[in-house]
Amino acid sequence: MEQTKITRREFLNYVLGGGILALLGSAGYPIVRYITPPKGVETQASSVVAAKVGELAPDAGKIFKFGDKPGILINSPTGELVAFNAVCTHLNCTVQYDSRAKSILCACHNGRFDLNGKVISGPPPRPLEKYDVNIRGEDVVVSKTA
Amino acid sequence: MTELLIKKIYNWVDERYQVTDLTGFFTKKTVPVHKHFVWYYLGGITLFLFIVQVATGILLLFYYKPTAAEAYESVKFITTKVEFGWLVRSVHSWSANLMVFSAFVHLFSTFFLKAYRPPRELTWVTGSGLLFIVMGLGFTGYLLPWNELSFFATKVGTQMAGAVPVAGEYLRTILRGGDEISDATITRFFALHVMVLPIAAVSLLGLHLIMVQFQGMSEPLSSAKDPVKKTMKFFPNFLLRDLVVWLLILAGLMVLSIMFPWELGKKADPFAPTPFGIKPEWYFLWMFQTLKYIPAKIFMFDGEVLGILGFGAAGVGLVLLPFIDIWARREKRNPVFSILGVFTIIYMLFMTYLAYFGPQK
Repeated sequence: MEQTKITRREFLNYVLGGGILALLGSAGYPIVRYITPPKGVETQASSVVAAKVGELAPDAGKIFKFGDKPGILINSPTGELVAFNAVCTHLNCTVQYDSRAKSILCACHNGRFDLNGKVISGPPPRPLEKYDVNIRGEDVVVSKTA
Repeated sequence: MTELLIKKIYNWVDERYQVTDLTGFFTKKTVPVHKHFVWYYLGGITLFLFIVQVATGILLLFYYKPTAAEAYESVKFITTKVEFGWLVRSVHSWSANLMVFSAFVHLFSTFFLKAYRPPRELTWVTGSGLLFIVMGLGFTGYLLPWNELSFFATKVGTQMAGAVPVAGEYLRTILRGGDEISDATITRFFALHVMVLPIAAVSLLGLHLIMVQFQGMSEPLSSAKDPVKKTMKFFPNFLLRDLVVWLLILAGLMVLSIMFPWELGKKADPFAPTPFGIKPEWYFLWMFQTLKYIPAKIFMFDGEVLGILGFGAAGVGLVLLPFIDIWARREKRNPVFSILGVFTIIYMLFMTYLAYFGPQK
């Protein structure tokens, strides 16, 4: 049986090459971990005070802060308060209330959602995440659906 | 098989861009070998540390915020929340100090070996420019964490700039972005530190390296007249030795960065009294200490102004050294310059020692 002999030079080249790879890896790993943004502190509360009672006229909407994302609170034409995650499910633009069409519009690519958050038209692939709305005294409290 | 692939790629590039002339130059280049050979590594060490600075500086840019309101908090975020952020910051700070030290050693080694004699005058001139840029990078970078030490050290440093006759006040206003150290100061120091000075450094460095590569390493006077010359091939022999030295420097840098991590300090409060013992960074201390000993008035002149003018004159003298040392130009020794060099080193070390351990008035 023939044995493939490795020369001293080849062996040293493998050791050198391996060492260089190890060095690159030991420098590369901390760099990759460094540029990965640390997770932001998640909001403790899963509910926020989105508005004051009476602040929003019927057939109007408002964007409010829910943790680190925008939410949308809508006072429907019938006076019902509804709230959704305002991040469009297509490409993450922030939606707005279109009082003319009585629907939620995403201006980026003309995606439209009804007042239940369901997609009516345009490219959004999924409905808007719906939030619960409760009145506590003077406050309109929006919280994530359990 | 790897060798075959490399050869194929090389031939593809060479057919289009004729790189053989360049690679041919490097394979023919030699480095003189003599008892002072070890000093040839210093330039490369300084270059390596500069590369580390650029790399860690770019990483810090991902998270650093250059405003008075957010700078300190962003550095705190880097060191406490970002993974390996403490290491990147510590390496950047330590490497900065090591680079300044290495640049000074490189300066003094080329000074004593008289590497500035013809035909390498411009290599010395560009090298002097690089030293000033490196100190400028140190000065501008020092303010960016916006802690107590850096705020007041910059206040003192920019005040010294204001002592230059005629243009001093204007210079101080330009540096500070106003009358006082403020938000405007940090943004312009940031611009200087990450853009203006690095561009200047890379430009001068490019020239400096081209000159060194084109003219080769200078031989000291002691071995220049030897009839038998020992040399070493630049590629791969000297280059590989250079890389080993760089690895050792990297190891040392890592040990320092990990065992002695750089402090965050206390956030700067512009309206708090200056704490006792405020000092600039160690590479400015000898100048700072000298100014302390100059009397307030010398004849009708402000002592401080004369001191700063003196430093300016020394800087000009440094740049013009190849044209002043007429003996070196004739390939002759003259002890005057060597004695001057030794005196300068002793003076700088002594003044630095006094700044740290002398009576603090």
